[in-house]
Amino acid sequence: MDRSAFDSTGSYLVSTDLRNTVNIAVALGRPLLIKGEPGTGKTMLAKAIAESLGFDLIIWNIKSTTKAQEGLYVYDTVQRLYDGQFGDHDVSDIKQYIKLGKLGESFDVDKRVVLLIDEIDKADLEFPNDLLWELDIMNFYIPETKETITAKHRPIVVITSNAEKELPDAFLRRCVFHYIDFPNEDMMLKIIKTHYPDMEKTLLDEALNAFYWIRGINGLQKKPSTSELLDWVQALVVGGISYNRICSDLPFLGVLLKKNQDFEVVLRRLQAGGVQRKTSSTGARRGY
Amino acid sequence: MFTGLFYTLREEGVPVSLTEWMTLMEALHKGLSGASLNGFYYLARSLLVKSETYFDRFDLAFYRFFQDIETSPELAERVMKWLEKSLPPKQVDPNERKPFSPWDLEELRKALEERLNQQTEQHHGGGRWIGTGGTSPFGHSGYNPAGIRIGGESVNHSAVKVAAQRRYRDFRTDDTLTTRQFEVALRKLRELSYNEEGPKEELDLEGTIDATCKKAGNLELVWERPRKNIIKLVLLMDAGGSMQPYSRLCSQLFNAASKINHFKDTRYYFFHNCVYDRLYLDPYCMKKNSLSTTEVLNNLGRDYRLIIVGDASMSPGELMMPGGILSWDDYNEEPGIIWLQRLFSYFKFSVWLNPIPGKYWQAFYGSESISLIRRVFPMFELTVDGLEQAVKGLKAKI
Repeated sequence: MDRSAFDSTGSYLVSTDLRNTVNIAVALGRPLLIKGEPGTGKTMLAKAIAESLGFDLIIWNIKSTTKAQEGLYVYDTVQRLYDGQFGDHDVSDIKQYIKLGKLGESFDVDKRVVLLIDEIDKADLEFPNDLLWELDIMNFYIPETKETITAKHRPIVVITSNAEKELPDAFLRRCVFHYIDFPNEDMMLKIIKTHYPDMEKTLLDEALNAFYWIRGINGLQKKPSTSELLDWVQALVVGGISYNRICSDLPFLGVLLKKNQDFEVVLRRLQAGGVQRKTSSTGARRGY
Repeated sequence: MFTGLFYTLREEGVPVSLTEWMTLMEALHKGLSGASLNGFYYLARSLLVKSETYFDRFDLAFYRFFQDIETSPELAERVMKWLEKSLPPKQVDPNERKPFSPWDLEELRKALEERLNQQTEQHHGGGRWIGTGGTSPFGHSGYNPAGIRIGGESVNHSAVKVAAQRRYRDFRTDDTLTTRQFEVALRKLRELSYNEEGPKEELDLEGTIDATCKKAGNLELVWERPRKNIIKLVLLMDAGGSMQPYSRLCSQLFNAASKINHFKDTRYYFFHNCVYDRLYLDPYCMKKNSLSTTEVLNNLGRDYRLIIVGDASMSPGELMMPGGILSWDDYNEEPGIIWLQRLFSYFKFSVWLNPIPGKYWQAFYGSESISLIRRVFPMFELTVDGLEQAVKGLKAKI
């Protein structure tokens, strides 16, 4: 890969296949669709790409009421009506009432940007279909001003989805897809180290041990994820918890678990037997 | 190139389109695969597969298509022993690299087999025998433009190995599922809420403002149809003993349905093996907590969507005979099948969800009663795929 390719940044660690997929999407100029468990860093990826490549980041947060049109432009008719009634403005120029949306903005800037369309599955079912042309050809027409906005530089489009809705096939065909796996222990260790480089190894080992034990419990409604682990590790450090208490007491459990029932399940299991300490948890871990 | 893979993928049921295939060709043309099978695996997967639920099928297809390129495990094992003590990786000056000459896998494999027969001990750093850090085509950490790597570390796992691991098996949608997935599937019933008929009777404020402004201030009223979800759901669940193995699955469906509050109304009733003249209010199926089925039906409109969850497995007598009801104290005047037909014809839309996987419906203890019931109700498996099809069946007659 060439110099301008995307790679891990100081605060975001990327797996080889994700890195390759990002670079493929950039090289082909296709939108990159990212799925994965909540808390595996889907949104952070776009920030990391922008940081790594030195581009600005434009974020378009999708809500259940978002319409595709809003991403392109909004014609502020109410403002025009007001201005028309008071008569202190020249309202004949519609152009001043056309405001570009996030997608329009990313077309109109002078430097290439990264556009993050966050949680696209929250919107209406037809939403992705309404953007097909714009994401493919990267231009759109504003009938009110008879203008066509064309991307000066094709933005790098990153789209995240939590799989709440199926996305339409026609839309999927145009994307490059990646599913972010839940990191294994080795990867997780690296991730924590990029965030907390000075952390004690014993503490970290114990925390990871407890974390994967909790994730392995059957019947949890919401398994803790990377972002919760990072919070937890920080809580452990700030709270000055000694490493030998982590597996036996599971302090600050509320940081990891967000549901009452899960709490009870884990506490019951803790009383029944607790975290099985791995013989290799100190020293013999491969690779570091 | 690799056109066979395209068809292998389609055979495995991965929905690959020509557009995506051409994108892959474009990417290969640009050299994005990094000229390795491993790079090709990830490149192809990211371009051809658009949902993690198809990763497993992709892996299967990839493995089927490329497996012959991989060293067989038995062969590898024998050679691994020689490779355990190894030299540091051989650094090759780029100028010294032999040009890549065309090679034939079959030939290479034959040569490897021959050499396996001749070689009796470890060799490291040479140019012919199987060993490490050399230029022989066989071994690891060495350099040969057309070699077979045996053991050792590559930057990544071999693509075929990765494919063979099938790490994404859990994501297959035809597998059984969690509450959340049930919710997502049930939520698809919401599409119905776009009331296509009905009068336009709600003032569309935004639309009115827009239209008025566009007319430069002349009031223009815009009306729209109210968008409420009109779906009403009635869930009948089998609480019989043979449902025990599926109780977790069924309670997940139950949780999902009761959690979703986007239905206009949801009702739950329970029955034991088959529906007769009484429906029960809880899974214990005691007479004191029961209602007459006819009464229930009279209270429910025909527009309720009916989902029956049950394994449909019982002795045919319970279904076909008057008095076939399982519990000792009761006697049913009419056979269960009549009640089922009555339910089916009463509700406009109804489906049967069966927790027993579809492939066992023909050959299982309940196969006879299953086939009898399938003549009445459209039956689906209690999986994501099955529930999605069932939801379709609840929206329009299939």
